[in-house]
Amino acid sequence: MNTLVRNVALTVAAAVALLALTYGLTPFRNYQLATAAAYLCATAGLTILTGLSGQLSLGHGALMATGAYPVALAQNEFRDRDITGGWVLPVSLAIGVATALVAGLVVGLAAARLRGPYLAGVTLAVAVIVPALTTAFDSVFNGDQGLSVYIEPPPLSLGYSFPNERWQAWIALTGALLTMLLLANLVRSRFGRHFRAVRDDEIAARLAGINVARTQVLAFVVSAACAGLGGGLLAVLAQSVSPGAFSLTLSLFLVMAVVIGGLGRLAGAVWGALLLVLLPEASHSLTEALSLSPAAAQRLDGNLPLAIFGITLITVMLLAPGGIQGLLARVAGMVGAKRAKQHTPGR
Amino acid sequence: MDRFVFLTFDGLSRGAVYAAFALALVLIWRGARIVNFAQGAMAIATVYAAYSVTSATGSYWLGFGAALLCGLALGVVVERGVMRFVGHTSPLNAVIVALGLVLVIQAVLGMVYGNEFRPSEAPFSRTAFTVGGLAFLSRYDVFVFAAVVALMVGLGLLFTRTPVGLRLRAAAFAPEVSRLLGVNVAGMRTLAWALASAVGALAAMLVVPTGLGIHPTSMDLVFVTAFTAAVVGGLDSPLGAVAGGLAVGLVLSYVSGYAGAEMTPVAVLLLLLAVLLVRPSGLFSGVAARRV
Repeated sequence: MNTLVRNVALTVAAAVALLALTYGLTPFRNYQLATAAAYLCATAGLTILTGLSGQLSLGHGALMATGAYPVALAQNEFRDRDITGGWVLPVSLAIGVATALVAGLVVGLAAARLRGPYLAGVTLAVAVIVPALTTAFDSVFNGDQGLSVYIEPPPLSLGYSFPNERWQAWIALTGALLTMLLLANLVRSRFGRHFRAVRDDEIAARLAGINVARTQVLAFVVSAACAGLGGGLLAVLAQSVSPGAFSLTLSLFLVMAVVIGGLGRLAGAVWGALLLVLLPEASHSLTEALSLSPAAAQRLDGNLPLAIFGITLITVMLLAPGGIQGLLARVAGMVGAKRAKQHTPGR
Repeated sequence: MDRFVFLTFDGLSRGAVYAAFALALVLIWRGARIVNFAQGAMAIATVYAAYSVTSATGSYWLGFGAALLCGLALGVVVERGVMRFVGHTSPLNAVIVALGLVLVIQAVLGMVYGNEFRPSEAPFSRTAFTVGGLAFLSRYDVFVFAAVVALMVGLGLLFTRTPVGLRLRAAAFAPEVSRLLGVNVAGMRTLAWALASAVGALAAMLVVPTGLGIHPTSMDLVFVTAFTAAVVGGLDSPLGAVAGGLAVGLVLSYVSGYAGAEMTPVAVLLLLLAVLLVRPSGLFSGVAARRV
């Protein structure tokens, strides 16, 4: 079957299933689903970059910020001018994506000339320094306080009692599904093959007529645009943006999510995004179950997810570099091999 | 002019610390071909150890010694416990594992000490001497210079004049040949990590009292700056790291003096990008072929 047809069919099926799911979930779970969808945009973009084209970016949290702040500024500008309508939010998100795209182009142009630890260092610098820009230009970004984001309530045609969280889930899921559809096609396209060729052997790729630098920049731009959309969606969900939300920790979390999910596999990005939402919640309920003193509980609550993420990251990297999706593929492969053996006649 | 002189001395004092921290990165890079992205987190952990010892005993110097010992121990633990087992198929692996360590160390510090900023006291006054109306160095700056110079001389003697230093260099330069000649290469690698971690601890002890405060993440920007310094000098060159550190310190001091302190992070990023785009191997390194 044609890849495009298959991917569109899969996306439509996923959309229908998720639509049904949003009706079955409580508002809190819907909000979590929406957050996971926003993270998915970023983790999927990072998977393309790190897994497919072999460039590590520690700065995707910051690239999310470059997508989120323009959304906040645009939304508030539209509100101040009394411009409303269903097209306003998509336009704001598009502005955010465009800004992240430009930021990605700048970083990508530098990154295409760098390898290994140098690339990691530059992107780490981006992750640490971009949040600091909000203080340097605090007349626009309002420093550590950040900006609030005006979001219109769900349209009245959906009914008066339509829960806001379900509406948010719809917005975020739409973004995530579109991203996944685009990326799934990209992976199977000429560009996807170029990415893999460059990752596996630069010289061979160059000999085969691939422009290595241009391919790497393209990967960075696509990835940054996805991260920007994710950041914009997060801003919409939280209805605020602040540098604290896009700290170095977020960038490291994204790397972790991609590594644990399985580098280079788009399905792994889904696992990563879900982990990013569910692990903090799990550790929160764990600290509540321990019945500690309030001070101790507060310390543990904020830091336990970090510790779990860090330990998981190290363990996965040392023991199972393929991540969750790699393990699943391996198990599926083993089961498939067994079946094939049983069906082989004469043995 | 007064201001320029003051900023120059201030920049050299900052630069000395960046130089020490960059030196820690270079030590590990030469020994293990790994850029230790966990260096900042490891260093702030030793500062917390010093904080505990100082609050318990009341003596700054006991805390200072504790930080250095803790640095040595942490380097050994990290190398023997984690980094030794990292696969070498891709240089990304070591980076990712180091980042995992950053998360773990920051989380543990947050759990034990809490996530609020703690003030850190300098052992000497930070008010600058004035000579003929010109503000020069503070006593603390002098202490920083003395400590960093002692460190450089000590490391220089260790690497060039002692048998251990010779083995360290041999193990880093040609691991296989050294192993055949009876050098304990794995042991030397552990020693390099321990030394680097202690150097990082010293740098952190020197930089934290200059307005950073003790917080699990307060070394993040210092790490990025020191990485910039190491890249300016070339990751392979200890002398380059020192020169790079001083240069970066001066640039940042001028930027923060003339354009405002909040612009220094931007300056770090621009400097790093500029150096990497113009001369990725560093200003002080020889020409090396990229391995593919």
